[in-house]
This record gives sequence, structure tokens and C-alpha cells, in this order.
Amino acid sequence: MIHLPILKAADRKWETDPSQAPTHDLKDEIFQLEKEGEWIVQRVPEPYFEVKTKYGRIKKIPLEKTWHHKSCGQCGHIPGYSTSIFWLNRQFGLDYHDPTNQTSCTAWNYYASATSNPEAQAAVAIRNFASAYKTGYFPLIHCGTSFGHYKEVRHALVHQPELRRKVKKIMDRLGLPFVIPEEIVHYSEWVYAMRDRIAERQVVDMSHIVATVHPACHYHKLIEEDAIYSEEIYGAQRTAIVTGTLQALGVQVKDYSTWFDCCGFGFRHILVSRDFSRSFAVQRKIEVMKEEANPDVVVTHDTGCVTTLDQSQFAAKAHGKKVGVPVMSDSQMAALAMGAHPYKVLQLHWHNTNNKPFLEKLGIDWKKKWDEFEAECEKIRRGEKAYLTWEDADA
Amino acid sequence: MEFALDLSANKYADVPYEEKERLFKEMKSDERWPHVLYGCYECGICVASCPSARFYDFSPRIIAQAAAREDVDLLYTLMNDSVWDCSQCFSCDRCPRGNSPGQIITVMREVAVRNGLQSAKEALEGYGRIIYKIMSTGTQVSPDMLQPNAFPDWGGHVNEISEHLEVWRKALPPETLHTTETGWKVDEKTLIELYLIWHMTGVMDMIEQIDEGLYMILVDVMEERLEDAGYDVTFD
Ligand code: SF4
Ligand code: SF4
Repeated sequence: MIHLPILKAADRKWETDPSQAPTHDLKDEIFQLEKEGEWIVQRVPEPYFEVKTKYGRIKKIPLEKTWHHKSCGQCGHIPGYSTSIFWLNRQFGLDYHDPTNQTSCTAWNYYASATSNPEAQAAVAIRNFASAYKTGYFPLIHCGTSFGHYKEVRHALVHQPELRRKVKKIMDRLGLPFVIPEEIVHYSEWVYAMRDRIAERQVVDMSHIVATVHPACHYHKLIEEDAIYSEEIYGAQRTAIVTGTLQALGVQVKDYSTWFDCCGFGFRHILVSRDFSRSFAVQRKIEVMKEEANPDVVVTHDTGCVTTLDQSQFAAKAHGKKVGVPVMSDSQMAALAMGAHPYKVLQLHWHNTNNKPFLEKLGIDWKKKWDEFEAECEKIRRGEKAYLTWEDADA
Repeated sequence: MEFALDLSANKYADVPYEEKERLFKEMKSDERWPHVLYGCYECGICVASCPSARFYDFSPRIIAQAAAREDVDLLYTLMNDSVWDCSQCFSCDRCPRGNSPGQIITVMREVAVRNGLQSAKEALEGYGRIIYKIMSTGTQVSPDMLQPNAFPDWGGHVNEISEHLEVWRKALPPETLHTTETGWKVDEKTLIELYLIWHMTGVMDMIEQIDEGLYMILVDVMEERLEDAGYDVTFD
């Protein structure tokens, strides 16, 4: 019989230890493949932050020189999401690149319809990475699904030589280098790494705000070992992403029992089977949050999650469900804390659920802010200005 | 009690076993198969975390079991009647056996599409406009998709957005976002490279299997653009 020491709960310390990790570090293989001439590894530019991932390994998060791999769902339907990410970069005077030589990762379509294959998916990813590499800026991925999908692609490329060979052939034909970034970095990891700097410049008090967090499935469930964890947040038993950021802003983050559940997005469901998305988002997420935490706001960090959790509440309201909580991204919350305009920057008019009571609770005169935004729109309508500029956004 | 998912092989008894076996072999020969299926304890952990299992007569455990037991008849039924219910959230990646039931499903869906199964065509009905958007413009979601008739259950605010779309897009500070037909401004050269990827990876053959009308429209758009850019490429 083996006698194991019995640890009392109080003696146990939750510390992540990379030497105990159940997986091997993919980075060793990534650099080995570079040595063998298989691909180029794009290094994280200095200076960078170091954060801990699930098994205590260190992940590098670039401060600046970032190439913003935009999200189609964010840019198309909730554009204040991406605008807030750019606004934060500009507030800190950081150097970034917003490319036009970028496509969607096409994973939304892939997960929805399967009308693609691993070779095409990997080629789309590497084409975008090559585009970033040529500019000298490092990819910062806005979408949770792109982030998770690219990690899957990287994993497959490392382990499947045949796939590498096929993708290399495509890149050669396109005249592009075969590049893999040293880290696949999600924008919310950058926001998390920047949280103390953001808090230093906070002008809107959020200490009386209660929030619930929905961690995006494709952030922490796909290649789970690469998500950020911290001993200070849920004893490193749950990803620290978003929660860590909100706590730095003084927000009271409250737990709820269905935190692990997805939002109901479902890829094809949100487009052609929305009854499922609606029911799941309301019954398994929003109603549970309302009942158990009664939050002022739901904060998440992915395109589909903001969309599903926000849009699904409209029809549920008509059925007398317990809904009515505004939903936004961590980038929007961080920007709001730093005094960003709720309409010119956060673009909250693209969101569905009523967020005015939330703004009032923060002491923000939404009526005045809306009039300011409307005045700018009027100038555009009259042809007095072509676009709203970054200067206008802060005027 | 009648269940929505009929798991008796009788439903597809008229499909020859050899045909079902052929499709199974296609799944099994996929390079990912050995990385996403290691057997199955039948523990149900995947089901406990599965959103689709809560709202549909759907079970990732049954799919993993059928795949692990190589139950050709059952897999055929599941490929037709079940795999499209999956949300592809990958909550089931926590499987203690190391499986990814979600990815087993991805592979099964691809086989269904490649072989033009009627059930796949039905599952993707109404989805063609999305495929068109992503494959031809490079961004999957565009502002002009926000039309009240497309999202009636999202309420009047969709109407408001579509009414103000042009102006509200111009009222966005990032210069790349002043678009209405694409999520952001995409370079011409970028699109050419994307079309060449579709061409080189056989994706268009999959579209042809599933929706011939869509295939023809896409071919027209792509061939014309490629020709203008000096490429002599045909998709046939
Ligand atoms: S979690 Fe894994 S082992 Fe358990 S039933 Fe599901 S597939 Fe089988
Ligand atoms: S990926 Fe599919 S099978 Fe797995 S948990 Fe999500 S919905 Fe269920």
C-alpha cells in the first residue's frame, strides 16, 4: 500500500508549477522547427509583459508594435468593441497597426458549416501572419474564436508534417513567408496585462458596480493550457481573464453557477437556428446571473458572446423573462473607466439591451453624450465632415 | 415517448452498408482522427458540459462511443441526424480520455459536406449568404447584414441601425471601419490571395457538393477578379 501524506485544506497552497504540467511546452517544438528551417518564428517585440498561463508557464504579451487582427463580428455589428481597443492604445501613446491586408480567420464559417478543411484554414491563418510579419508588427487577435482557432492551427501544424508541407507549398505559391508567431495573443490578455496602468488613469469610479463575467469558450477551452490563470483569482482554478481586469478597476465581480456554460452562440445557430441561441443565452446565462448575482453589467471578451448575450434579451423580455442586463466587452469597460465617450468611442447605440441605467449609475449624463454624438452625425449628414475622427472622439 | 433522434439503424436501412462504411473510412483516414479520439469511458463528462445536449436530443457521448466502437450504422445515423446540433463550443474538450467530441463532429460534418449528403444540405439551408460573404469578401460579417428581416427577434434596434447605417459607419474613428459591405476595408491583393487559397485547397469542390447555385456565383466572382489581376485560374 502506498501511504500518501494527508494535506489539510488549510495547508494547501494553490500554486501552478510548470514542471508538473500534464502537457509539454509547444514552444520548444516551435523553435526546434525553426532551427530545422521549417518556418520563421516571429518574436514578441520588446518590451513585453509576462503573465502566467494555466500550468504556470510564462506567456509574453507585447506592450506595443501590435498588428490588430480584427474580428468581423466586432467590426461589423458591435464596432465600439474594436474602437475601444484602438482608443486604449492611443491613450497610452502606443504604436500599433490597423491593417487592411487582413481577412477574417474564417473559423466562424468553418465551425458553422464545415465548408472548409484544415489545409485551407491553416493557409488563411498563415497568410494573415505573413502579412503581419512583413509590417514588423506583432499579431494581437481581437476575436476569441480566431484566437482559439489559430492555437488549434498552430498545434496541428506542429504535429502534422504533411499539413505543414501543404501549407508551405501554398505560401510559396503566394510568394509569402511561412511565419508562426512566438505567442498567439488575445487582445483581452493585453487589456489584462495593462490593467494596473488603466486603473492608474481611471476617472470613472466603478466600486459600486456589480458585474458578472462570461469567459469565452474558445478562449479557455481550446488549447486550455494557453489561457491566463492567476493564484489571486479563484485560486488559479478558473481563468483570470476579464475578472482580473475588472477587479483592478474596482468593480465587484460576482460569481454564478453556470459560469462554465457557453453563451449559446453556436456558430450556425446564431444565424439559422436562433431559437437555440436565444433560449440558452437567457435560461442558462442571463437569468442565472440575475437570480444569483443581480449584476449591473455582464462583461465578456469575445465577439459572439457579446452579441448572443445582448441580442437574445430582446425577445426574452417579451416573454416576461428575468432579463435586462447590458452586455459589453472588457475593452469597452476599460475605456469607459478611463473616460471614453459612450457613443463616439464605445458606440453603445449598436448594442441592444438598455444600458442607460448603467451609465446613470456611473454618473454619466447619457442624454448629453448622445446629443454630442448626434451633433457629429448631423455634420456628416450635411457633408460638413467626412468622418468622425479620433480628435472628435476625445473633444 | 418518442425521441427526436431515432438511433435504430432501420431509419437508413435502405442505404447500403458499403456506402456507410466508405464514409466511415473517410472519417477515420482524416489526419485529425487519432488526435481527437482515444476511446471512451462513457463517463458522460462531455454531456454534462454540453450546451446542445440541454436543448436538443443530442449527446457527444453517443457520438464518441459510436466512433470508438466503429459502429458504422450508428455513425451514419448520427452524421445525418445529429452532428449539426453541436454548438462547436468545445466545452467537451475536458474529456478525461483526451477526446475532443466537438472535433470528431467537425470531421464528420466535413465528410457529410464533401459527399453532398442531403441532411447537410438541409442543415445549411439559408446559410448560403454567409458562405458567399466570407468566401468572396474576406470578412464573414458585414454591417449591411443587419437588416430587420434577417434578425426579426432582435427587435427595433436592428431597424434603427439599418436606417442610419451609412452615417453611423462614418461616425467610427478607426479609418478601416467606414465600410458597409465588409467588416473592414480589405485590400484587393488580399482578396486575390484568399481566392488562390480557396482554389488550391479544394474548398470550392465542397461548396459545389452542397449548393450548386452558390458555387456558380462564387466561381463567376472569383474568376473575374483573378483574371483582372492577371491569373489564369479556373475552378473546374
Ligand atoms: S467525456 Fe470523453 S470518455 Fe467521457 S463519455 Fe464523453 S467522450 Fe467518452
Ligand atoms: S463542441 Fe459540441 S458536443 Fe462538444 S460540448 Fe460543445 S456543443 Fe457539445
